[in-house]
Amino acid sequence: MADRTPVIAGVGLSDYPKAPHLDATGHHVQAMQRALADCGARKQDIDGYATVGMLAGDEGPTLAEYLGIDHRWFDTTMTGGSSFEFHVQHAAAAIRDGMCDTVLITYGSDFLSRMGRVLGTGGFMQRPQRVTGPNQFEAPYGNTLIGAYAMAARRHMHEYGTTPEQLAEIAVGVREYAGLNPMAMYRDPITVDDVLSSRMIADPLHKLDCCVTSDGGGALVLTTAERAKDLRQPPVYVLGASSAETHWYISQMPDFTESGAARCGPVAFAQAGLTPDDVDTIQLYDSFTITVLELIEGLGFCGKGEGGAFVAEGHLRRGGRLPLNTDGGGLSSCHPGMRGIFLLAEATRQLRHQAGEAQVPDCNVAVACGSGGWLSCISAVILGREHP
Amino acid sequence: MEVREVASWDKPVPAGGNVSGEYWAAAAEGRLLIQRCPSCGARQFYPRLVCATCGAEPEWEEAAGTGVVHTFTVIRQNGAKPFSDELPYVVAIIELTEGPRMMGNVTGCSPEDVTVGMPVRAYAEKIEDGLAIPSWEPA
Repeated sequence: MADRTPVIAGVGLSDYPKAPHLDATGHHVQAMQRALADCGARKQDIDGYATVGMLAGDEGPTLAEYLGIDHRWFDTTMTGGSSFEFHVQHAAAAIRDGMCDTVLITYGSDFLSRMGRVLGTGGFMQRPQRVTGPNQFEAPYGNTLIGAYAMAARRHMHEYGTTPEQLAEIAVGVREYAGLNPMAMYRDPITVDDVLSSRMIADPLHKLDCCVTSDGGGALVLTTAERAKDLRQPPVYVLGASSAETHWYISQMPDFTESGAARCGPVAFAQAGLTPDDVDTIQLYDSFTITVLELIEGLGFCGKGEGGAFVAEGHLRRGGRLPLNTDGGGLSSCHPGMRGIFLLAEATRQLRHQAGEAQVPDCNVAVACGSGGWLSCISAVILGREHP
Repeated sequence: MEVREVASWDKPVPAGGNVSGEYWAAAAEGRLLIQRCPSCGARQFYPRLVCATCGAEPEWEEAAGTGVVHTFTVIRQNGAKPFSDELPYVVAIIELTEGPRMMGNVTGCSPEDVTVGMPVRAYAEKIEDGLAIPSWEPA
C-alpha cells in the first residue's frame, strides 16, 4: 500500500523584504514557481490548494483560477497570520485520507510597497463611520493592534513579574539570526538596552518589541511520502498538527497570559509521540516579543509564567538548546502582513539541513507555531526529518 | 452611571444591530447592561443573541458600573484621526464587579497613574439621541 504519510516536499519564498516590482499576485506566482522548482513537482500534479488573502473574500478562488489550479481539495481558512499552519493541519489530513495527493499552499503580500502608495492619500479613516459586529465594542476606544498585544504583556508582567528586559532578549536573539540572512530587513546586532531605549509604541511594548512591515510571500508543496520519493528534496514529515481559537477580539481573551497554544500544543505533541524536550528548533510567530513568550509557555517549553526567566537564560539564542526563528523572524527579517508560511519554510530548511550558517546542529524535530489575530487563533505543526 | 453630553464625536460610532442597539440606548439613559443566561447562569459581554456558554437566549442585567482595571496599555502611536490628536491615552480591559470584562478608555487621571487592579467607575458620553459610549475613570 502506498505510503500516504504527509510531507512538505517543496518550499519557495518570493522576493522580500521590499519588492516594489511585485504586487500581491506576483508574490503568489513567484513563490509557487520557486516551490515547484525547489522540489521538481509539476504544476499539473497539484490537486489541492490552500491560500488566503488580506482583502477581498474571494481571493482564494480568484487565485486558483489565475494560477490554473484544478483542485479537488480547497481551503481558504482565514485566521490571520496562523492561517498557513491551519492549512497544513487540514492538508495533512486530506492527503492522508486520499482526498488529494499534492497540495499547494501560497501567500503573497505587497504590504510595505502598498502602504507607501496609500499613506497620506486617504488610507486612514477620516470621518465617523458606523461599526458593525463585535468590533463596535472596541472601535470607539482607539485601541491598536500593538495595543492589544501590549495588554497581554502588561497582564503577564503583573501576574508573573515578567520584565521588559526579558521580552527584549527575544528581539535581541532573533536579530542575531537576522545577521546571518542576507535578505533580512534589519541585520545589525542590537542589545537589550537598544530595545528598551527604542520609542514606546504602546506600553509596555517598544518599537523593537514589534515586527517589521515588509513585502513577501511563500509557497509550500505537500504530498505523500510515496510521491516525495520521486522529488528532488529530502521530505520533511508532518508529525503532528493541531489548532485552537480562544477568542477573536482582544477584549474577549479569556486569560491574557495564556494563548491557545496551551490547548493545541499538547495535542500536536501527542500525535507526534514526542515531547517538548525532543524539539531542536522552534519557528514561532513573533509579531511581538510577547507573542513568543506566550507561545513557548503554551507549547510547554517552560512552565506557565516562567517564560521570562527561560528566555533570559539564553535558550532561544543561537547556540542555545532551542534556537528561535533562525531566519531572523518577523522581528527583524520580514513580516508581510501575515507570516505563518515563513515559519513552515524555515522549519523545513532547518530539517533539510540547508540553513547554512544558521543551521541548528543535528536538527531532527522542529515546531512551527502560528498566532493569528490578537493571540487569538493558534496552530502548532510538528515537523520531523525522520519517517514516523 | 453618569451621562455626559459631548459636543462632537469624530470617533467610530457603533452601528447597533441585533441586540447591540439596546446596549447603546441603555447607556444613553445611564444604565450599563450586561447579559445573564436564565438557563445556565453565565454572564457575558459583549451582548449576543445567544449565550456563548450553553446556547440559550440570554437576558439583560444592569451592571453596577464599577470594576477594576484588568490590564491596560498607553497608546502612544495611532495614525488614525481623531485618536492621533489625543495621544497618549489609555485603553484598558475592565473587569466588572459582576465578572464580565469590557474594553474602555480610562480618563480623569494621568496615563502614568493607571495600574492593574485600580478601581474604576463607568460614565457614558452621549454622542447622539439614544446612543452613549461608556468609559471609565478612577473610582
